[in-house]
This record gives sequence, structure tokens and C-alpha cells, in this order.
Amino acid sequence: MKKDFLLDWGFGKLAFLGALLILVILLSLFVVLYKESSLAIHTFGVWKFITSKVWNPPMEKFGGAPAIFGTIVSTVISILIAVPVAIGIAIFLTEISPYPLRTPVGVAVELLAAIPSIIYGMWGLFFFAPFMRDKLQPIIHATLGKLPLIGHWFSGYTPGIGLLTASIVLSIMILPFTAAIARDSFNMVPPILKESAYALGATKWDVMKDVVIPYAKLGVIGGIILSLGRALGETMAVTFVMGNQPVIPTSLLEPATSITVTLANEFTEADTNLYLSSLFYLALILFVMSFFVIVIGKFLFLKKVER
Amino acid sequence: MDAFTKRKIVNAVVLVLSTLAALLGLVWLFWILGTLLYKGLSSLSIEAIIGPPPSPGDNTGGLRHAIVGQTLIVLFATLIGIPIGIIAGTYLSEYGKGSRIANIIRDLSDVLMSVPSIVVGTFVYAIMVKPLGHFMGIAGSVSLAIMMIPIIVRTTDDMLRMVPPELREAAYALGATKFKVIKDVVYRAAITGIMTGVILSVARIGGETAPLLFTSFNNNFFTLNMFQPIASLTVTMYDYAMSPYKYWQDLAWVAAILLTFGVLGANILGRLIAHYKFKK
Repeated sequence: MKKDFLLDWGFGKLAFLGALLILVILLSLFVVLYKESSLAIHTFGVWKFITSKVWNPPMEKFGGAPAIFGTIVSTVISILIAVPVAIGIAIFLTEISPYPLRTPVGVAVELLAAIPSIIYGMWGLFFFAPFMRDKLQPIIHATLGKLPLIGHWFSGYTPGIGLLTASIVLSIMILPFTAAIARDSFNMVPPILKESAYALGATKWDVMKDVVIPYAKLGVIGGIILSLGRALGETMAVTFVMGNQPVIPTSLLEPATSITVTLANEFTEADTNLYLSSLFYLALILFVMSFFVIVIGKFLFLKKVER
Repeated sequence: MDAFTKRKIVNAVVLVLSTLAALLGLVWLFWILGTLLYKGLSSLSIEAIIGPPPSPGDNTGGLRHAIVGQTLIVLFATLIGIPIGIIAGTYLSEYGKGSRIANIIRDLSDVLMSVPSIVVGTFVYAIMVKPLGHFMGIAGSVSLAIMMIPIIVRTTDDMLRMVPPELREAAYALGATKFKVIKDVVYRAAITGIMTGVILSVARIGGETAPLLFTSFNNNFFTLNMFQPIASLTVTMYDYAMSPYKYWQDLAWVAAILLTFGVLGANILGRLIAHYKFKK
């Protein structure tokens, strides 16, 4: 009998420790990254590190601007490309597709979300980069490159590896994830609301625009923000095709870098304390950025939808 | 043009556009899958799977070292991740129900789930690889376990909450302690759901590369020693794909297809179990 109570007590405490471990991991993530990057923080400061464009390991000069720029720009472009397509897929899956097709296409989209990101990266390197160089680049030069003001963003000839290529591969990578969330949000709209609108003579688009999208807005925005978080921290899909050049390029077609690309390429090669510390600094910046994105997406938007 | 015709036209345009968007998305994705199947299957052979690690310029050898390494890393990650994940999920659902700390931990667990995987890799580098002075397989397992725990916590928590309170009350009425109730009633009722969560979490972490780059690193030799650098399919893929040798690049595609089959297989298995469990 006494044994039972001892076990009971012990298990309760163990369970609490297990739960506490999550808190400990998250806190120590922050503390350890901060501690490891403190050398770089003291050497370069915060604002100077974020704005300095020089990343020169042999000279021991480290500025985070190129990597941060690449991370933000590739994330934003990938979201701009992925979101309309993802919403198109979601509309197709919830409103247009014939019923027998919905489950298989929906499952296909979800399975595609499960494919390891390194596969997207390898495909990008061996197939999409040449396609970009031979087919898309001339088209981009002829169209976007001719625009006033922003035309120079789309100029230059490259081997197909660069910021825009990485952004496109990234957008394909997050597409299934974004589409699945948008579809789930659309599916949560009560059928009776849609039917009422149809009964008033609304077309499918009227129903989408005036009933489904307003109802599912919070979920979709939350999903987009979570996709943003995913794109920020995605490593392997972009490492192959970004080019790893620590510069802020003048054209989106040129090679660049991002925080994750820099980490993946240089972490094991860092030969001095300051170099390693600067890389940890980049990791810390990425952690903080994605932390805020996740918190905003999860708790400002999705919290109101879930549970 | 009257308003009715206009609405109909706008409707048609939007429907065509979204069908096109769906097609475009699916085309990209099937292009990737098609490439993977084509490149992977054309290089797939017994030699490529069980052969010893290849040497530069030599057109023989296979992925034995990486397959075994990958299995070991994921196995140890599972061994670390499952108990911690399940017990933490149990706390959230059974002990801390409704309490402030449980709610905070549940939210933090969701945040931990979305931390970039490469950041987890740098973290484990700092706490394990740097102090001990060399890369090692077990550090890779720890990185993957850290990514796995929040997923298992989430599913365990959800599954345990679906167990009807009457079951627990019936057991309490017979004089069972809380531990007994959880072990003999709650876990038994929720075991399929928990297993599904475990399988899906393995599918999720099995294809991760970034957390292994600075932890388990890579090893061009066959090893079973988890305290030394060890090869994984993913990091091997990365290195071989970037190598100048055609044969190594072909091996990278073989690794890609093995990894994708493994990950998708686990994913489909998890979904099937969930499907049959919850249809009843």
C-alpha cells in the first residue's frame, strides 16, 4: 500500500519535471545563444552589427546586414508568391473541386508538406537553377526588368543561383503548408452560412468574398504568419540555391546569403572565437525574429480560432 | 452590362484563376516528385544501398554507413524524446489541467515546435559539441529529440483530454491512486492516439538536415559509435550533392528517395492509424 502512494507521488513529480523541461529548454536556448554570442555583441554592438555590410572572416570583420537582408527579402518574396497560390488551392479544394477529388488532392498537398526540405533544395540546384538561367531569366529581363524604378532589381546574368531562385524554391516549399492551413480555415465556415448566401442568389465568388473569407480571416492570417516563421528558419531548401555571397545584391537575380545559409555553410569552418561568436549572434537574431513571428501568429490570430 | 452578368463574369474569372493556381502549385510539386523518382530510381541498386562508403573518383560503393547512421540517430532521438514528451503531455492533461503553469508550458511547447531547426543545431553544438571537443552522433539525436518533444507533448495532451472523465472517476471510485488511474485507464484508452503522435513526430524529424550539420556532422566511414561523428542520410545527401563526382551525386539522389520513402511511409502509417482509430 505504501509503495502505491510512493509511486503515485513520484510519478506526479516526474511528470511535473518533464513539463518543466520544456520551459528549461526554451529558456536555455535563449541564454546559451546569448552567452555564446556575447563576445560578438560586445565587439560589434547591436545596431552596428545589424547594419554593417562587411562580412570578412579573414579580417575578423563581421556585420550581419547581408544575412539579415537575405533572410527578410527571401521570406517576403516567398510569402508573396506562395500565399495567392495557396489560397487558390484552398478555394479549389473547398469550393470548386468535385467531391471525389477533394480527399486525394487534399491528402496529396499534405503529404507534399511532409517531404524533407533538403529534397526541395537538391531539386532547386540541379533542375530549377538551370531552368531559371535558360528560361525564366530572359523572360524576367524582358518584363520585370523593363519596369521603371524597380527594373534594376531584375537585371544581370547569373548561373541561375541567387536570391530570387532561393525565394521561389522557398515559396514552393511552404506552399503545401500554407494551403493546408487555408483549407482548414475555409472548412471551418459553417455550411449554413454559405447555404444562406447561395439561397440569396450569390455566386461562388460572392460566397468566398463575403462569407468564407471574412469568417476564416483570422485563421488564414495566422496561417500566413506561421508560414512566414517557417520560411524564416528554413535552411536546406535555400542553402543549395542562394549562392552564399555575403553581400547585399543590387539585383534579386544575383547570389546572396541569409542567416540560415551562412550558418549552414560556415559554422563548422569558423576558426576563431570571434567568428564563431558572430555566427551564434546571427543564430540568436534568427531565434528572436522567429520567436516574435510565432508568438504573433499563434497567440494573436490562431488562439482565437483554435479550441 | 447589367450587374448580374458582371457578377457572373467575375465569378468565372476567379474560379478559373484559382483552378489555375491549384494546377500551378500541383505542377511544381509533381515536377519535384517526378524528378526525385526519376533520378532516384535510375540510380537505385543493391550496391547503392548496402555498399561500403565510396571513395573519391571511384564508381563503386553505397550508402550503408549513412543508412545505419540515420537509423541510429533517429532511434536514439526517439528513445530520448518519447518518454519526456509523453510524461510532459501527461502533466499538462492530468495534473496541471487548467492551472496557469500548465497553460504557459503548453503555449511555450507550441513555440518550441516552431523554433528554426538550425537554431536548435547551434544550441546543441554549444551545450554538447563545444564542451566535449568533437562532433558526435548522440548530439544529433539530442537536437532531433528537442524538435520531437513538443510534437509528442501536443498530441499526448490532446489525446489524453479526449479520454472521458467518467473512466477516470470509475477507477478512482474503486480506490485507485492517480498513478494507477493514468497507467491502467487513461494510457490504455489513449494508446493508439499517442502512438500516432509518436509516428508522425518521427516522420517530421526524420528528414531534418539542419540540426545535424553541427552535431552528428558526417563520417565517411561506417561506425556504430554514437560518441563519434556519424553519417546520416541527410547530411550525406548535402555533401554528395555538392561534390564534383557524378557517382556521388547519383548516390545523393538514392539517399533522397530512400529518405522520402521512409518519411512519407511513416507519415502515411500515422495517418492510417489515426483514420481507423477515429472512424470508430
